[in-house]
Amino acid sequence: MTLLAQTRPDPLARNAVLELTSDMSAGIRTRMAVQDIVDGFRLFRLGAVLGWLDIRLRYRGSVLGPFWLTLSTAVMVAALGLLYSTLFKIELRSYLPFLALSLVLWNFFSALVTDGCTCFTESEAMIRSMRMPYVLYAIRVAVRNVLVLAHNIIVIVGVFAIFWMWPGKVAVLVLPALLLWAVDAIAVIVLLGAFCSRFRDIPPIVGSIMQLAFFMSPIIWKPELLASKSWTLPLNPFYSLLEIVRGPLLGEMPTKYTFASAILYSLLLCVISWLLFVRVRGRLAFWV
Amino acid sequence: MTMGSTARIDVSGVSVFFPLYHGTNRSLKKTVFAAASGRLGQDSHNRVVVQALRDISFTLNSGDRLGLVGSNGAGKTTLLRTLAGIYEPVMGRLRVQGSLNALLDPNLGMNPDLTGRENIRLRGQYNGLTAPALRRLEGDVAEFAELGDFLDLPVRIYSSGMVVRLAFALATAIRPQILLMDEWFLAGDANFIEKARVRLEDMVRGAEILVLSTHAEAAVRDWCTRAIWMEQGQIKEDGPALEVLESYLGRPVQAKPPELVPAPETV
Repeated sequence: MTLLAQTRPDPLARNAVLELTSDMSAGIRTRMAVQDIVDGFRLFRLGAVLGWLDIRLRYRGSVLGPFWLTLSTAVMVAALGLLYSTLFKIELRSYLPFLALSLVLWNFFSALVTDGCTCFTESEAMIRSMRMPYVLYAIRVAVRNVLVLAHNIIVIVGVFAIFWMWPGKVAVLVLPALLLWAVDAIAVIVLLGAFCSRFRDIPPIVGSIMQLAFFMSPIIWKPELLASKSWTLPLNPFYSLLEIVRGPLLGEMPTKYTFASAILYSLLLCVISWLLFVRVRGRLAFWV
Repeated sequence: MTMGSTARIDVSGVSVFFPLYHGTNRSLKKTVFAAASGRLGQDSHNRVVVQALRDISFTLNSGDRLGLVGSNGAGKTTLLRTLAGIYEPVMGRLRVQGSLNALLDPNLGMNPDLTGRENIRLRGQYNGLTAPALRRLEGDVAEFAELGDFLDLPVRIYSSGMVVRLAFALATAIRPQILLMDEWFLAGDANFIEKARVRLEDMVRGAEILVLSTHAEAAVRDWCTRAIWMEQGQIKEDGPALEVLESYLGRPVQAKPPELVPAPETV
C-alpha cells in the first residue's frame, strides 16, 4: 500500500495539534482568525485551481467558452456607447474608452459582491466534512471573478486600439490601486459571505444596492457632468474605488481626495470585515 | 510509517449546541424587528438550540480503537465532526494531536463534472500533497478503483458502483495517525466489499487512533478496543468494547466467526 508524504503542517502533518476551547477570549479568537488567514493563503494554489475549475465548468461544452463573456461585453459596450454618446452629445472617441473601462470594471465589482454572498453557503458540503481555512473559500471566489475580468480586459484593449488611445506613464498607478482592490476583494467576500450565511435575505438586498450604485455612480455618465457638485464624488465609495483604477488607465491622475477616500473606505471595510470574521469564524460551520 | 510524536485526543467537558434558524427565524427582518422592539438581548439568550453534545469527556491514546454506538441522532456524527475540528465547542476544550483524516462524506470534494483523474488530483491538493505524492495517489487510486479508461471521463457518466469505488479508494488513500470514520464506510456493494475490507483494515491497522461511528455490531466487535454508547448527546456508557456493546444491544454479542480476517493488533 502506498504511503503518502504530506507537506502541509496541518492537518495531516504528524506534529499537527488542534486545540479548541470554548473559553474564547478576544486574544484566542484573534489568534485563530490570523491562523485561518495564514493557512488560507498557504493554500492559495488550491483556491486558484478551484476558482479556475468553476469557470471551466460553467462554460463546459460551449464553443467560445468564457469568451462568450468577452463577446457579450463587447456588444454591450458598442450598443451603450452609440446610444449614450448620442444622448449625452459626446464624441464617441472620448466616450467609448471611458465606457468600456467603466463597464468592465463595474461588472467585476458587482459580480464579486454578489458572488461573495454565497461564498460559504455554496461550499457547505466541504465545510461540513473537512476543517479548512475559511479564507480559502474567499480566495476561490476572488480568483473566479478575476478570471472573468481577465476575459473582459480584451474588450478594453480592443477599444483602446481602435482609437489608438493609450494611457501614459500615469498608468503605473493602477498597480498599487489593484493591490488595494485585492485586499478589499477578500475583505468584502468574507464580510458578505459570513453575513449572508447567517441572514439568508441579505443577497437580494445586496443585489438592489449594487443596481442602485450602478446608476448613482459615474459609470455610464462621465463624472464631469456633475459640474459644480463634483466635490460630492469622493463621498461615494464606489466612485473612489473605481476611479483609482479607471483614472490612471484613461491617462488622468485621480485627485488626492479620491485616493484618500478610496483608502479610507477600504480601511473601514477591512476593519469591519476583520472584526466580524474574528467574532463569527467558529460559528460559520453551524450557519452554512 | 515513521514515528513522530504520538497521537492523542483529549476531550474535556465539550458541549456543542446547534442554533436553529429554521424558517423566518433566520431572517434579518426578525432580528431588526426584535432589536427595534428592544427584545434582541432577550432573544439571543432564548434562542432555540439543539444540544447536540453535552459535557463529553474522554481521552484517547495511541493504540486506542473507539467505537461510537447509539441510535440515530445520538450525536455520533456531531462528535466525529467536533473531533475533526469542523464544529468548535461552545463549552469545554478539545485537543487533538497528530495527523487526522475524517471519512465523513462519501463524495467529499467530488465534482461530477470533472474526470476521475481530476477529482483525484483535486482531493490530493485539498490534503496539501506534493507533486510526487499526487502522482502516487493517482496511481494508487486508479489501480484500486479499477476504472481503466473511465479515469479520463467525467464522473457523471460513471455507474454508481464505479463512483463508490473511486470515492472509497480516494478516501482510504491518505493515511493519517488519527482516523475518524462514519458508518457509511462499512456499506458497499457485495463484489467490492471484500476488497474494500482488506484495504480498510490495512488503513485501520496503520492508524494510531481510530474513532468509528457505527450501527454494525461486527465492526465494533472486530475492530474496537473501547466503546462509547451515546444517547441524546451524552455519554451513557464508556468502557471495553464488548461490555458496552452488550449493554447497548441488551443481549450477548455473537462470537466472531473464525474464518474472518483477524482483528487488527494495536500499534
